[in-house]
Amino acid sequence: MALRPGTAWIVPGLLLAGCAALVIGSLQSSLFAQQTISGLANGGIYASLAVALVLIYRATEVINFAQGAIATFTTYVAWQLIDWGLGYWPAFALTLAIAFAGGFAIELVAIRPVERRGHQLSVVIASIGLLILIEGAIGYIWGSEIKFMPAPFPAHVYRVGGVAFSRQDLATIAISIASVVLLWLLFQFTKVGLAMRAAAVRPEAARLVGIRVSWMLSLGWGLAAMLGAVAGMMAAASPTTLLQPSMMDGVLIYAFAAAVLGGLESAAGAVVGALAIGVTLNLLGSYVSWVTPQLLLPAAFVLMLVVLLVKPSGLFGRTRVRKV
Amino acid sequence: MRLRRSSLAGPAVAVAAAVAIGVLPHWLSNYHRSTGADVGVFFTAILALNIVTGYTGQISIGHGAFMAVGGYTTAILTHDHGWSDLATLPAAALVGFAAGVVVGLPALRFRGVYLALTTFAVALAVPQIAKNYPGFTGGTEGLALPTHSGLWLYRTAWVVAGIVFVAAWLLLRGRTGRAFRAVRDSEVAAASSGVSLPVYKTVAFGISAGVAAVAGSVYVLVNNFVNPDVFGLQLSLYVLIGAVVGGLGSLWGVLVGAAFVQLLPLGLTSSSLTSSQLVPVIFGAVVIAVMALLPLGAANLLHAVLHFGSRSAQSADVPLGTEGR
Repeated sequence: MALRPGTAWIVPGLLLAGCAALVIGSLQSSLFAQQTISGLANGGIYASLAVALVLIYRATEVINFAQGAIATFTTYVAWQLIDWGLGYWPAFALTLAIAFAGGFAIELVAIRPVERRGHQLSVVIASIGLLILIEGAIGYIWGSEIKFMPAPFPAHVYRVGGVAFSRQDLATIAISIASVVLLWLLFQFTKVGLAMRAAAVRPEAARLVGIRVSWMLSLGWGLAAMLGAVAGMMAAASPTTLLQPSMMDGVLIYAFAAAVLGGLESAAGAVVGALAIGVTLNLLGSYVSWVTPQLLLPAAFVLMLVVLLVKPSGLFGRTRVRKV
Repeated sequence: MRLRRSSLAGPAVAVAAAVAIGVLPHWLSNYHRSTGADVGVFFTAILALNIVTGYTGQISIGHGAFMAVGGYTTAILTHDHGWSDLATLPAAALVGFAAGVVVGLPALRFRGVYLALTTFAVALAVPQIAKNYPGFTGGTEGLALPTHSGLWLYRTAWVVAGIVFVAAWLLLRGRTGRAFRAVRDSEVAAASSGVSLPVYKTVAFGISAGVAAVAGSVYVLVNNFVNPDVFGLQLSLYVLIGAVVGGLGSLWGVLVGAAFVQLLPLGLTSSSLTSSQLVPVIFGAVVIAVMALLPLGAANLLHAVLHFGSRSAQSADVPLGTEGR
């Protein structure tokens, strides 16, 4: 279904209207401003994981159910490194490197043999198998009791005109956005990025010009695992999230919803979707009394469903013409 | 798919399996009988998923939600309204059918991965909603149900599974099954041959959800209680794994799929080969290995063995090649 001419303004128009409402609300009430910022911080965490999902979906049209478990695993690795005496930021950097190598290896060992012979659904099932395997491994290695991750940023609150912004929230937003922007730069301005895009869009043609498509897929899994590690470490740093084997389950679900909202193939769409979900849920939770914590998850899905019913390919999704 | 109708191998396998399942409980302890009942529940649930995913090509990751609908129907009717538990099964099927149609209608607009994620969302939302209305569902504490002997549970689960299997076989071998497969293989071709897409897609969703609801009812009878965690994400994922490992688009693989997801983890736990903490690690690795070796599931292997040497061995059903791309 192509957008009819004259309706192309609807999505940007709605987004602009939403932003305007948030700004006006924030100027009116300092509580509203604080809730918006912490909603954006949650949204930033969802965004990193959502972009990781989009990265793999664009390359192989597969939804990676193990993405959250991989992120949790790498967060445990970071905890372990810090527990062994490494400082937070060296541990952060080392964890990113380990995540990249791990994602690369997983694609090579677990996904590639399935993908070579099967179709999409067998790869999806393999990713579910991977989810069970990794969650089991976390429990086996680190046990199921809660671990405490040291906070990377000392608790500090900035006050701007009566509004208190926590440094934690601002840093989470900044790091999440920065990692997505770095990824975009990689795809847009480097040779490897170009090769990865070519491998995703036209595997056959890419192979003909000498790109090793299967290595590009492994690379994609490595980068996705890195983004997941960022999301996991940001989530663990948040005072409301505890480091436990199921830490990223909820985040993964919101990331799914965000990726679908954005159209599954658009990283920008996933970021917008994630921020929208983060802010909407936070505001619903604090202003609408009958929306209990149990109903936040269904609320996110209602939002997703409404968008899909209006625009079945998501906010930023490409519409495809299907042949008989 | 060209099944040779003259071949007696299929019915023979079915009769042999039915006899084996019928006499098996004589050698089982009470505990293992209720384990056997669980396998029967998964058999019914995987069969349900197979109707909508294997035959019409609509991927559902959310059949746990329909099982929850059936399970809560049974629990509420027996607990609050004094129904006898077997009498609730038809009611659960009807409520499940209605729920399936409600989910199936918006699903008409979505295809492929968007539909899969919508059903996934439903599966995650239903337990949360059940938690939110404790007056109706018992909340997180749940509702207790009457207890039964392991033998009663085993027989109930497998009689239900058998009835559903025969009904599904009768439905899918005829006109309706042909229409379902036509929808799966090419929606445009099906529509231009006079198959109404909205009707058949919604009906498939409804029937599948009704069957899943019955599975959910028996599941709560086996557990003799119900709470939202019974129908968590894991249930939906295991049903999906069972359906794909067994083989989509085939009724014969269902038994293999049910045994795989129920008996393999239990067998690993009770064997002394590994520590019980390693069981999920091994199970996950086995799932990946099965997908690498048998991407089309066990039914495909069975089909190839039964039809060894005939041409159809090569052209076994490929249910979900590029649908939804």
